[in-house]
Amino acid sequence: MSQPFRLNKEGLINRNKKISFTFNGKKLFGYEGDTIASALIANGIHLVGRSFKYHRPRGFFGAGVEEPNAKLQVEFNGHSEPNVNATEMELVEGLSATSQNCWPSVNFDVGAINNFLKMFFPAGFYYKTFMWPKSFWYKIYEPFIRKAAGLGVASIEKDKERYEHKFEYCDLLVTGSGPSGLASAYAAAKNGAKVILAEDKPRFGGTLLTDDVSIDNLSGKDWAEKIITELKSMPNVTVKNRSQVFGYYDHNMLVMFERVSDHLEKKSKFTPRQRLWYIRAKETILSTGSIERPIVFGNNDTPGIFLSAAAKEYMKVYGVLVGKKPLIFTNNDSAYETALEFKKNNVEPIILDTREEHSSELIDEAKSKGIDIRFSHGVIVANGYKKVKSAKIGKLNKDKNSFEKIETIDCDCICVSGFWTPSVHLASQSGNKLKYEEKIDAFIPDKKKQHETSVGAANGSFTLEESLKHGFENGSNLSAKITETKTEISIPNVNEKKYGAHDKFWCMPLPKNENPKRFVDFQNDVSVSDIEIALREGYRSIEHVKRYTTLGMATDQGRTSNLNGLQLVSNIENKIVPEVGHTTFRPPFTPITIGTIVGREVGMEYMPTRKTPMHEWHEKNNAVFVDAGAWKRPRYYKQGSENLFEASKREAKNVRENVGICDVTTLGKIDIKGPDAAEFLNRVYTNAWMKLPVGKARYGLMLREDGIVMDDGTTTRISENHYHMTTTTAQAANVLSHLEYYLQIVWPELNVNVVSTTEQWAGAAIAGPKSRDMLSKLYPDLDVSNDALPFMGYKEAEFFGVPSRIFRISFSGELAYEINVKSDHGMFMWEKMMEVGKEFGNQPYGTEALSTLRIEMGHVAGPELDGRTIPSDVSLNGLVSKKKDFIGKNSLGREAFNVESRQKIVGLIPIDRKSSIPEGSHIVQDQNAKLPNPKLGHVSSSCWSVENNNPFSLAIMKDGKNMIGKKFFAVSPLKNKSIEVEVISSHYVDPEGKRVRS
Amino acid sequence: MLYIKCPYCGLRAQKEFSYGGDATVKRPNINEEVPSEDWDNFVYMRKSPRGKHIELWQHIAGCRQWIKVQRDTATHEIFQTAKVTEEIR
Ligand SMILES: [Zn+2]
Repeated sequence: MSQPFRLNKEGLINRNKKISFTFNGKKLFGYEGDTIASALIANGIHLVGRSFKYHRPRGFFGAGVEEPNAKLQVEFNGHSEPNVNATEMELVEGLSATSQNCWPSVNFDVGAINNFLKMFFPAGFYYKTFMWPKSFWYKIYEPFIRKAAGLGVASIEKDKERYEHKFEYCDLLVTGSGPSGLASAYAAAKNGAKVILAEDKPRFGGTLLTDDVSIDNLSGKDWAEKIITELKSMPNVTVKNRSQVFGYYDHNMLVMFERVSDHLEKKSKFTPRQRLWYIRAKETILSTGSIERPIVFGNNDTPGIFLSAAAKEYMKVYGVLVGKKPLIFTNNDSAYETALEFKKNNVEPIILDTREEHSSELIDEAKSKGIDIRFSHGVIVANGYKKVKSAKIGKLNKDKNSFEKIETIDCDCICVSGFWTPSVHLASQSGNKLKYEEKIDAFIPDKKKQHETSVGAANGSFTLEESLKHGFENGSNLSAKITETKTEISIPNVNEKKYGAHDKFWCMPLPKNENPKRFVDFQNDVSVSDIEIALREGYRSIEHVKRYTTLGMATDQGRTSNLNGLQLVSNIENKIVPEVGHTTFRPPFTPITIGTIVGREVGMEYMPTRKTPMHEWHEKNNAVFVDAGAWKRPRYYKQGSENLFEASKREAKNVRENVGICDVTTLGKIDIKGPDAAEFLNRVYTNAWMKLPVGKARYGLMLREDGIVMDDGTTTRISENHYHMTTTTAQAANVLSHLEYYLQIVWPELNVNVVSTTEQWAGAAIAGPKSRDMLSKLYPDLDVSNDALPFMGYKEAEFFGVPSRIFRISFSGELAYEINVKSDHGMFMWEKMMEVGKEFGNQPYGTEALSTLRIEMGHVAGPELDGRTIPSDVSLNGLVSKKKDFIGKNSLGREAFNVESRQKIVGLIPIDRKSSIPEGSHIVQDQNAKLPNPKLGHVSSSCWSVENNNPFSLAIMKDGKNMIGKKFFAVSPLKNKSIEVEVISSHYVDPEGKRVRS
Repeated sequence: MLYIKCPYCGLRAQKEFSYGGDATVKRPNINEEVPSEDWDNFVYMRKSPRGKHIELWQHIAGCRQWIKVQRDTATHEIFQTAKVTEEIR
């Protein structure tokens, strides 16, 4: 199979390695070093897709990131990826590419009928067409828009690839390896700075690879290679190709996307596919170059129309001709280099130059080579549907708005150049206000906002000499400030062609009665007339015009369309471009994969998992786990075919009747030490702490400054100046920060230190009427009688040879203890407890049984302390001291907290004693009342009371205490339930609290 | 992502810190009578300036110290950081 458009020698591809691939099912081949685009063009294929709105045939337009059309669905290495830029994706063996946005095929597309109905698709058509009736949205408008707007198809398979994140720091980050980037990196490296040089393309050198220049008697390409080789050999330099710096964030944080292995046929198991780099750079050189802009003319989107620099790049880098009968349509000298390159490859181009006849180094050279140059000429409209066949060209009158002569000439491609637009995206992202540079009709960076320094074409300097000079100077000066060394570098001798002035011409006029589509934005199908309509309809702000027409809003971010759009608006509005302003540039500069953003944070690595030292035992014993923050806690231990309800009922019942043990390691634990610890606790908690004796625990309540309950827990006085505080699992981190805040900022005079010891202690609760019997077997040498170890007592003792702490505290309302040992001894403790507890009927219980036990006791927890309740709301006002001051005290006097009808905690039981009440149900007087039905309260916690064998709930209810004995409805529209309930006391079991003291 | 200079640890990424609000708010003294208007101002009233703002951050994934940061709320520029015992001009 031959490649009809492949040159014999030119290019940087490896002709020794053929690569086979398919396009729309057709088997083709290219060479190593090709992109999908260059390989297809070599095979004479130009029609690659259909346009977004009108389904017009589209071909390649650029040769890199600027490409607006050639987005393909690509399958390779076992995955399918949509919207792949064919001009960037390197060819790999077995790759299969298909066109998007066309049905049934790219050659025959049903949607192209839109092209003939284009009057229905003017600017703002989404807004206008789909306004009314509202009911049409779900079934008609939305599916239509989705279908029409569809680009590629995202894979629904799990992504098996590996993605990585990397954090890096450097003195100087250089983005782009063209002449100015290489010079900057080199100068900084010589000064000893830590340098990262990032290049988006596989090959380093930027325009040095395609421009006919020499530096110190080396060709541009050889000079680039020499510099890169030297940079690679330096230990202070990191050189990265296939790496796009796509975002400039606060405080000089830049983010880079590295395509590590998409181009590799084989790779090791641990090689990531792509890598995201977070780079904190002290200084940044933005050497991102410039992008050629098109001139707007009729049917300028026909396949076979290219940017002129892209046509040159296809010849010089890939050895590929974009056509054999080229028309070069230009307003400046740079396109002459493309013409000369064609000529060198024995192809005869015709140059249409919008400028009047004049002379320059390049024009003279083209003339001397016999190239047909037609001044004051331009392309009016391209002919051909799926490929350019000919062009109607016109000789412009002096006013450049009418024609002296019109004729049609044959061609198979049109290479267009409307001058150059600096790539200012990163500078703008850094916060740089751009300024309009009249000389080049484009925006360039203004005063530095962060540490961004734009050099070369990105800063509007289009000569090699200037680019190198700025590169060397800035690289050297910026790095010298950091490294405090300055190595003198002589700026090399440069040989380049001098360009003449360009023509400020960006849009071809149309002859009377002709009205072909003239596209400004190819990817989003925005034409000149769309923008005209938007302005006619009163849109003035460029941001509004952008959104109404979708100009520049596609994935190419309007790289080839923004400035022409601005020119058009400024012409119609009779304003100069800087007055029109530009739209905001936002990251990412190019689309990046979701996999790269996610990195390794998938599955188990999504967030850290905290496991208690007894976790393995729970696993072996059929625990079903529940997430409590990052912790895994046993929810229940499944026996046989039990479900959650049956198992938790059994476990809770066993605690009430015998004894159970529960892993309470996850409770927050804070060690508090210092001579002022008692005073500190006295301020933090609402109750009194000055007189707690050593060896005693106390239940404490802490508030926020606004009077709302923050957390509760017990704190034990271990010794004179040493306390052990416990917090709820959920609030552990917040409570620690809260304590640190008051110690460091509010009361630094208090001599107290706090530190989290949650991870240091393993904890197990032993609860139930038989817990003392069990405890005495665990501590045979210790007096554990009610007198020796009373409720809220504390002892330290050896637990089978390991140190332990025993707290007589209870969450279940039963006689209970909590044992703490060092984490390393946690499993030992637990297994011993299981062994010793056997004779007492001990069973482990999970969080579900734990909840049941605390709910029927009326003991509040997270669902009641929900950030909206004050102590009296949850019957904890007994813990609020009237005598002393504490955090939040002043707020408790607020009027709304003290009205008679204030919400209060109550208990609820269903009248039928059978129906369980869904948590979150609203309490209403009349279940059939007209909406909105006044809400009297809500159900916070529900359980099946094992003591009374019927459902029981806690609720927070308006004027709750006066509602006791009355009947209401608990309604849950979510569960479609309405249950008649009776209000009772929140203390359903053992209201006097006898058991814990027994 | 901001780059915050902890006076104890040096420059660290924002994700090591948590935000703590206006650093110029002073809690009324404990054990002293506070007029309710002063108390309400302390609990609820905060300025939301565009521009320079002295605020608290805690280096939670580092030294756990609360620190003062003077930051521009519009541009995120950080002018100065200090220990909470130190003054920011
Ligand atoms: Zn720190």
